Amino acid sequence: MSETADRVKKIVVEHLGVEAEKVTEDASFIDDLGADSLDIVELVMAFEEEFGVEIPDDAAEKIATVKDAIDYIDSKQ
Amino acid sequence: MRRVVVTGLGMVSPLGGDVETTWKNIIASKSGAATITRFDASEYKCRIACEVKPADHEYGYDAGLDVDHKIQRQVDPFIVYGISAASQALRDAGLDNMSEEERLRAGCSIGSGIGGLPGIESESLVLANKGPGRVSPHFVHGRLINLISGQVSIKYGLMGPNHAVVTACSTGAHSIGDAARMIAMDDADVMLAGGAEGAICPIGIAGFAQARALSTAFNDQPEKASRPYDVNRDGFVMGEGAGVVVLEEYERAKARGAKIYAEVIGYGLSGDAYHVTAPHPEGNGGYRSMEMALKKSGLSLADIDYVNAHGTSTPLGDELELGAVKRLFGEHLSTMSMSSTKSAIGHLLGGAGAVESIFCILALRDQIVPPTLNLDEPSESCKGVDLVPHVAKERKVRAVLNNSFGFGGTNASLIMKAV
Repeated sequence: MSETADRVKKIVVEHLGVEAEKVTEDASFIDDLGADSLDIVELVMAFEEEFGVEIPDDAAEKIATVKDAIDYIDSKQ
Repeated sequence: MRRVVVTGLGMVSPLGGDVETTWKNIIASKSGAATITRFDASEYKCRIACEVKPADHEYGYDAGLDVDHKIQRQVDPFIVYGISAASQALRDAGLDNMSEEERLRAGCSIGSGIGGLPGIESESLVLANKGPGRVSPHFVHGRLINLISGQVSIKYGLMGPNHAVVTACSTGAHSIGDAARMIAMDDADVMLAGGAEGAICPIGIAGFAQARALSTAFNDQPEKASRPYDVNRDGFVMGEGAGVVVLEEYERAKARGAKIYAEVIGYGLSGDAYHVTAPHPEGNGGYRSMEMALKKSGLSLADIDYVNAHGTSTPLGDELELGAVKRLFGEHLSTMSMSSTKSAIGHLLGGAGAVESIFCILALRDQIVPPTLNLDEPSESCKGVDLVPHVAKERKVRAVLNNSFGFGGTNASLIMKAV
């Protein structure tokens, strides 16, 4: 697993209060991890802080799964 | 008018994460006061508070029992305390699993005096230091006062009235009184009612200290600081937590064989129309709210055995309440007892009237009245009043009166009796 993936998953576990095993790369924030739209806004903010990247609203709207987040962050680093 | 009874109790306090632990500690004359741990208060005029203790403490509170991890992260402590107390109360009443039909007639009236002050403070710093794009998307609904009622209604599917009182330190008592009326007026059959506070944060302590409301002379002896009616009292000690009761229409409670703690028989409310922080110099507002509650109750003064006083330990407030109580009770003073449990758990502000109403109910149940701690040297005007100094007292308790008075000159009194 990439270093980005590890850090993303850690943030997801912390923010959504879900078990680490549930945070697979295919997991959908809303359908599988119990997030609502505001939780995703908060997660995106946490990713921005953690990785020092900026994720504009139109990009954030396309982040539906854990893998989407990891790929976006990797593409900006 | 439909009769309203109490069938469930829930509490988070500086002396316990539930009702029975808190009550046991109150009766054992324990104090919840200590040096502030939430932040470094060493440079503050007031460095003490009655904080809710962590889960690993002897009488600590475990938020995880009833509040999801995610919600704990997103909302202010007063909401977390409120959800816990409401959950306990519903379980205690055996109503945590109601049918849809019942839930359509069940509501919430759980308020707060101040609301999410710690979160307002911390997110303001985020705004100032990191800019608007870093403010939490949960900022607003994690701080709003009606969000205990909101969260609890979502958690348990309660679709009846959804209300939240905001009357400073009278909030808890007004919440119970207003909710009882909603049941009496047939707006609902079951109401979760109470109040919560969690304002022990830098701006909260600094603000109340600047208003000259907090005790500052006992920073080295925190347990001695809250001393209602004592000559050396010098202000209140800030507490935190929540109290919630289940109110239920009497015939419904009886029909389902519920445990009935007490009946809410009197509710009085008034305004001082005098000053934003100082009570009316003759205690007229408090007098009128007690008088109204008494009239509504249909009882006579001779029937009231215990008064849980507002008694915050401020020099002026205690004196004026005492004066009003003496004026109202007259010759019946000699047969009643009055105490301030704020001596043990501090002032829970918006939660005070609710937790203190629960103490009144437990006094009815156990026929024992809780003590006023630290009453070493009662002030002159205490003569002739049994203020239950230092230790709890077993006695006959048939009916109880709870007083709550708040900034803005807002007063509420509740009278309850055994059924």
